[in-house]
Amino acid sequence: MKTLMKKAIQLRMDLLQMIHRANSGHTGGSLSSVDILVALFYRVMRIDPTRPLWEERDRFVLSKGHSVEGYYAILADLGFFPKEELERYCRLGSFLTGHPTRKVPGVEVNTGALGHGLAVGVGMAIAGKMDSKPYKVYVLMGDGELGEGSVWEAAQVAAHYGLDNLVGIVDRNRLQISGYTEEVLRLENLAEKWRAFGWEVVNVDGHDLERLVGTFEKVPILAKKPHLVLAHTVKGKGVSFIENKKEWHHHVPSEEELRRALEELNRQLEELENDVSKDGYKTCNC
Amino acid sequence: MSQKMATRHAIAETLLKIAREDARIVVVTSDARGSAGIEGFFRELPERTVEVGIAEQAAIGVAAGLALSRKKAYVFGPACFYSARGFEQVKNDVAYTGSNVKVIAVSGGVSYGPLGSTHHSLHDIAALRAIPGIDVILPSDALQATAITQMLVESEKPAYVRVGRNPIPVIYEPQSRFEHGKGVLLREGKEVAIIATGEVVWHALEAAQLLLEVGVNATVVDMPFLKPFDQDLIVEIANRHERIVTVEEHSIYGGLGEVVLHCLAQGPSCSVKIIGIPDEYPITGTQAQVYAHYGLDSRGIQNAVLDFLQRMG
Ligand SMILES: [Mg+2]
Repeated sequence: MKTLMKKAIQLRMDLLQMIHRANSGHTGGSLSSVDILVALFYRVMRIDPTRPLWEERDRFVLSKGHSVEGYYAILADLGFFPKEELERYCRLGSFLTGHPTRKVPGVEVNTGALGHGLAVGVGMAIAGKMDSKPYKVYVLMGDGELGEGSVWEAAQVAAHYGLDNLVGIVDRNRLQISGYTEEVLRLENLAEKWRAFGWEVVNVDGHDLERLVGTFEKVPILAKKPHLVLAHTVKGKGVSFIENKKEWHHHVPSEEELRRALEELNRQLEELENDVSKDGYKTCNC
Repeated sequence: MSQKMATRHAIAETLLKIAREDARIVVVTSDARGSAGIEGFFRELPERTVEVGIAEQAAIGVAAGLALSRKKAYVFGPACFYSARGFEQVKNDVAYTGSNVKVIAVSGGVSYGPLGSTHHSLHDIAALRAIPGIDVILPSDALQATAITQMLVESEKPAYVRVGRNPIPVIYEPQSRFEHGKGVLLREGKEVAIIATGEVVWHALEAAQLLLEVGVNATVVDMPFLKPFDQDLIVEIANRHERIVTVEEHSIYGGLGEVVLHCLAQGPSCSVKIIGIPDEYPITGTQAQVYAHYGLDSRGIQNAVLDFLQRMG
């Protein structure tokens, strides 16, 4: 687990540098969703970077397409494409656009407009059922994204077809671009809403890698029901001066801010290195 | 032109026939089984259908997900909703992503007649043509619709196919052949060329007959593919004619007429008259009455051509 935690910190450093270099990106949401992505990509999902379109693969849809930097950094780290390309993120002609597209090996669908990913994931899950394939489909949504009515259309379809091979994840960081979700337009009670729509809801600390992995590995908890993992997160997680600040939704770190952020993250790496209590739990093969 | 058939039924029946052999074909709809004529598909191959209820956005998104899982996904539903409510999904999940989804948009144009403008789709050619990565097709009769359905199954590219609701005359022969992206020269005349698309093509043919009675020999061209568009054919027609009249069940903005003008802006000079729905919400009436009101039927086309010839004369 320690290796996995280190990976998450390293990815935070990578993505901050990407955003700084590109002078563009979505800092807060990328930091809040990194641990969810790490749990899925390094431990839970059955994928093969040498065969991005392997038919048996688990599918991942980044419905909150703006949290793309951590996603790209992971795909590169896993070998879907050369790491050097990360340096060209958002540059003229790069295939690494500011929202994911299928030009990037490993990306399943072009996203960026909110409220689209869940329906596409539902289609993939239905196809899996039609073909009796054992793969699972994971769709990561933002909490602000849940304002889109199309999310709830897709939620109804998933429940109607009993898609227990579908896992929706909400990055519940309680912020969206203009402020707190509960002030912009109240979302609560979210768990009850999803339950009322026929989903099996699991609450989890979205930064606790062990819990995240454990939760995903338990799916399907109930047959014939789609699953919603309500991952409670902190927007900007990992960097003290970015955490819980709406301004950091797409604020780009300056040279000085980047330096301070990397310093903090490096310190976390060192502390983790010296923390023997995190040793020993399930060896990570990543 | 005595036999009549609704193009939507031709597509649904052809697709079911092909689907019996091609297991990749799946059908998605949004409570539109009846209007799309796909009850037969739902009865015979229920395991390859997905009903999403009244939710066009979900229908397109789900279809994209199916297509990305190697299905050939067909979404059936009213053109008015799929070219507007589900438009962002068509743009992003289908065209931009490049997922093999075919949108069979039924009851297009003013097919719903008196139901009013919520149910009309007179903007869809303009909207869909402006998105890269998706073909825009308006079949002109049941036989062409059948041939196009066959074409769609063999292609992995997204398409938006707009058809009407009501039975229309069959203008082609069972042995007629069509080519992807190509127009069809239906009648060779000389004084004027009538270029039409979709379910007004048979009116254009009838108009040519009426014009012949008063001594005007009109060329008639059918343009089922609005995208890709057969620019070469238009240039060729313009080289041989001084006047072109375009006819479409669409706004005069952004439809066939403007596409033809676009071709001519780079080619031979030719006077063009565009017949379509003006920039207004159409008058209440049946489809036939609305056609007559705006001059989209054979009589209206005939009058417009005569007027055009006289004025240009
Ligand atoms: Mg948020």
